[in-house]
Amino acid sequence: MEAGTPQAVKLEDLHLPGQLSGRKHILSIQVENKPGVLARVAGLFSRRGFNIDTLAVGPTDDPSISRVTLTLDGAVHPIDQVTKQLHKLVNVLKIRDMEPEETVAREMALFKVSSAVENRAEIIQFAEIFRGKIVDVARRTMTIEVTGSADKIEAFERMIRPHGLVEMVRTGEIAIARGHD
Amino acid sequence: MRAADTLMESLQAEGVKNVFGIPGGANLPTYDALVDADFRHVQVRHEQGGGHAAEGYAKASGRVGVAFATSGPGATNLVTAIADAMLDSVPTVFITGQVRTELIGTDGFQEADILGATLPFVKHSFQATDARQIPEYVHEAFHIASTGRPGPVLLDIPQDLSRADIDYEPRTEPVDLPGYKPSTEGNIKQIRIAAKALANARRPVFYTGGGVVSANASEELRELAASDRFPVTSTLMGLGAFPASDENWLGMLGMHGTFTANYAMDKADLIVAIGARFDDRITGKLAEFAPSAKVIHIDIDPAEISKNVGAHIPIVGDVKLVLPKLTREYRALQTDSSRLDPWWNQIRGWQQEHPLFYEPGKDGEIKPQFMVETLHRATQGDAIITSDVGQHQMWAAQYYGFDKPRRWINSGGLGTMGFGLPSAVGAKVACPDETVVCLAGDGSLVMNVQELATCVAEEIPVKVFLMNNGYMGMVRQWQELFWDRRYSSVKMGASPDWVKLAEAFGATGMRCESSADLEETMVKALETDGPVLLDVRVTQEENCYPMIPPGEAARDMVEAPRVVR
Repeated sequence: MEAGTPQAVKLEDLHLPGQLSGRKHILSIQVENKPGVLARVAGLFSRRGFNIDTLAVGPTDDPSISRVTLTLDGAVHPIDQVTKQLHKLVNVLKIRDMEPEETVAREMALFKVSSAVENRAEIIQFAEIFRGKIVDVARRTMTIEVTGSADKIEAFERMIRPHGLVEMVRTGEIAIARGHD
Repeated sequence: MRAADTLMESLQAEGVKNVFGIPGGANLPTYDALVDADFRHVQVRHEQGGGHAAEGYAKASGRVGVAFATSGPGATNLVTAIADAMLDSVPTVFITGQVRTELIGTDGFQEADILGATLPFVKHSFQATDARQIPEYVHEAFHIASTGRPGPVLLDIPQDLSRADIDYEPRTEPVDLPGYKPSTEGNIKQIRIAAKALANARRPVFYTGGGVVSANASEELRELAASDRFPVTSTLMGLGAFPASDENWLGMLGMHGTFTANYAMDKADLIVAIGARFDDRITGKLAEFAPSAKVIHIDIDPAEISKNVGAHIPIVGDVKLVLPKLTREYRALQTDSSRLDPWWNQIRGWQQEHPLFYEPGKDGEIKPQFMVETLHRATQGDAIITSDVGQHQMWAAQYYGFDKPRRWINSGGLGTMGFGLPSAVGAKVACPDETVVCLAGDGSLVMNVQELATCVAEEIPVKVFLMNNGYMGMVRQWQELFWDRRYSSVKMGASPDWVKLAEAFGATGMRCESSADLEETMVKALETDGPVLLDVRVTQEENCYPMIPPGEAARDMVEAPRVVR
């Protein structure tokens, strides 16, 4: 008898694992760098009714491989089913459902804020608290670059909105597994 | 070598003997190369027909079916067949011409983004951007189409690339795709757990699907079922994989399945799903499906497991490899089979009290169910039967009694009307020595009737037995039962005159209007050389029972009403 095989299997002892994790998931997907691959990934999500919260696509250290990083809500979608469907795409090489504790995740956002002379100092102060950078200043607006977790970006947005948010651009999260010693 | 010629070479290297298609501007190089190719091309009359013929060929033979079409409308005419092949997991390769590379994206003449259009329902697709890819993509397409869970692969080739000259060396090494590695063996620990669960089951049912047919695993299924009198039911797509004449057979399950099969699922304590996918036509109301059952799910496609119904014991693998292991593990447990006696008593009770039933026809009236039973007698139960979609399809599934796999060819997942005749063309080309009968509906047949011309011109002696009730019968049945009998656009009437239509195509036309003559007429049609269309006038407003009303549970099924005498 191999280890892991129970002596007896009673039907009443068989249970189904839960389908919904209830938390946000970051999927890091390595795909072949070929025409139309993003359309296949995006098309799969729309066809199966999976809702993507953020999506970021870029090259990797290997020019033949691109990385798609996407976040989706595990309270709504069975992540297991999502990854299994993704695996059926021939151009998808590897999928990693990033463990939150073992992952460094970052997103960048640009905020264009209307800045009259009287509140300029306050905006600069907010930017400093969030370790943001002022990347453009015009007569009526200032643009601030903020990098961090999605939570941090959203916190900054809440702070800055009352001052007159003109425009916001977010990249969507990218993530990498923490190194092991 | 010209790339179009390497296309032919690589198709031949893949063992292609037959292709179906129509030429046009963008695939002229392909058709020029075809002149010197070593396989048969069947010139169909509509690309949809070519696509379904490729499916029929694949379903009858187990080999990859191939269809050609030109760009634009030629390619879009294939779309229904591609979607059909996806939903029924049919190994097929569709090769379309595309406008010249420099014209792509300019809305050129006969340009359509066929790759984009078919993206949601191909297993994979390729568009060549370099002529040297053409033979490579052929081999990759065949590999993907025929392994793992089979399915359709599209290869789109711009016209200028087909004409280009390339260096060509026949491929010798097997295809290796880094992102495509189907797992086939099945986890042995899971298989052992499954065997032990089976040993403890008191009310087990095998629920088998088209995957058993695709995997050529009929023998393996019979072995497992025979290891302990396990009751077996099957989906529409799985019919024939387990013999209908076997005493363990419960009949088909699902919306028009037998009372016994559906009640067995409803009362089961353990369901063994084998190459099946818990489609809504099987489960009915999902929340009330098989309420007491634990589920062992064996499938080559991991994404099917726990997609619709949760699997307590998932086993990912090729059923042809998994079933013998399960049989071996189960036999080793030496279980006392008398534990199944009460279950079989219950099943035999259902079978006796609730058999398939129809009121016999009076005064020579041909009941559609009688027509299927007569077809069974006329063909000694040993023909390849293709069908369209609708009532006649369900009656064929209920009453023909398929004993062998790959004898029942129909459109299950997509439910494509007009599938029957072109798929019969493909089946007959694949199996020229077999009797191939297309059991057609009058609503469906007219949708692809142009393929009668193919049958005549290409000398493909398909027999079309038309179950003619003057209606799109299944839609009429739903309007009668669920829409207060407000018939809306379902009457087909007496047009066309099918006998004359058959004759106009150069086929033999026959008609039968009396039950007394039916078997004799069928035998005559089967013995007549060449393609035959036999127009059988059946009861017009017969309903197909039993039926689980849409969205309801198995135990709510409705049986055929009996006339009180």
